[in-house]
This record gives sequence, C-alpha cells and structure tokens, in this order.
Amino acid sequence: MVHILDSTLESVDSAEALALQAARVAGLDEDDLQKVAMAVRESMVNAVVHGNRYNAHKKVRMSISPGPVQFTVRIADEGEGFDFENIPDPLAPENLLRSSGRGIFLIRAFMDEFQVRRLNPKGTEVTLTKYLVSK
Amino acid sequence: MSVKLNTRQVGDVNVIDVAGRITLGEGSSALRDTIREMVGKGQKKILLNLGEVSYIDSSGIGELVSGFTTVTNQGGQLRLLNLTKRVKDLLQITKLYTVFDVHEDEAAAIRAFV
Repeated sequence: MVHILDSTLESVDSAEALALQAARVAGLDEDDLQKVAMAVRESMVNAVVHGNRYNAHKKVRMSISPGPVQFTVRIADEGEGFDFENIPDPLAPENLLRSSGRGIFLIRAFMDEFQVRRLNPKGTEVTLTKYLVSK
Repeated sequence: MSVKLNTRQVGDVNVIDVAGRITLGEGSSALRDTIREMVGKGQKKILLNLGEVSYIDSSGIGELVSGFTTVTNQGGQLRLLNLTKRVKDLLQITKLYTVFDVHEDEAAAIRAFV
C-alpha cells in the first residue's frame, strides 16, 4: 500500500491513522499498535517539518508492508537530508530539559528496527519495522 | 479530538485540566500559550492535570518540559497530576519522570505547593 501525502500536519494525522488501521489488520497487539502509531507520527513530523519544510510542492511517500513475520512502514521525503548519526542524546543530563530532540529516540525505542537511507537525488527514507513474532 | 484545556483556581494554585491530544500544532501551542499567559499574570503555581490526555507525542513532551522551565525560571512551580499509563511510560523512557513532581491525588498536589 503506497500513499502519497502532502507536506502538512494533516498528513501526519492521516498517515498515523492509515498505519494504525493496517497494523490492526496485521494482528499487532494493542501495545505494539500504539508504538507503531507513535513511530509513524514522529517519522511523518520529521518528513513534513524537517525534510520537506511544509513545502507544498514536495510530497511524502508512505508505503505499508504488512507481512506474516513483520510489519514495515517506509516514509520518504524530498528534503535536503538530515544527519541522523549526530543527533544529541536526549537522555544526557545537559539535554534533558531541551524542548525538542526526542523524536528519533522514541522511534528507536518503539520499533524493532529503524533504518535511514539517503535518496538520490534528494530526500530521506526511513524504514520502521515491528516484528509480529519474536525474533 | 484535539486538546481541550480548562483552567480553574484552587486557593492560590492554578489548575489546568488537559483533555485530548497534546501533539505538534494546535495541541502543544494551546498548552504553551495557557502556561505563558498564567506566568505573565504572575500566576506561578501551576498544576497540570493530565488525567484525560489520550495521546502525547515528542512535541507534547517538549511542551511539558518547556512549561516546566518557563515556570521554574520565573520562580514558580509546575507539578503534574493524574498521569495516564501512556504518559507515565513516555516520561520514564525519556528520563523526565523524576524531573517533574508527579501526583495522583489533587488535594495532596495542592498541598505540595509552598
């Protein structure tokens, strides 16, 4: 299932609802449903706000791949890219009271796998994976 | 449902009853505006009742932190009341649970303000 979404906050809500619905059909339990929903939400916010910067000419592509073993969501923006490797640790004492910078941390905490890929010529794609059965 | 805020005063403590979703956009900005307005009026004892909060994202967590630092930097106090399991879990994994003074009983929370 592929969805092409506008770079708006409304799309964030839509993507979350679409992923939640697909994850429910795929058989994820309630706890994992909430984790997937939040990871998709945070990834969409990154794509819309930091990637495409609300640019009306840029789209976000979300693909949902429910499988018997794992549930995967890919979210790709058309932005300039983002250095995921050098994000300040939000748990470090000096960062604890920062008002932002927890999105990626939460995605990593909630998903079984989180991968980032730079797209050519531009854009970033994140892959979120939740296992339906124990690894 | 987006966020719904109701404010009331108990003694010299301002209680903000929050319901719905505290997420990027309307939800988090409404909470930010309400806290800043209170602090601007010199109302610096604020109790955030999160008992009816169904959802909070990283932006919403950021607003809780921002509200806390805004009030604290002005010499005030911001405490949290009635965390749902979901909000409590999020504050724990982000190591913020111990930053806030969290209460489960409103009367006790009110008494905790000095």
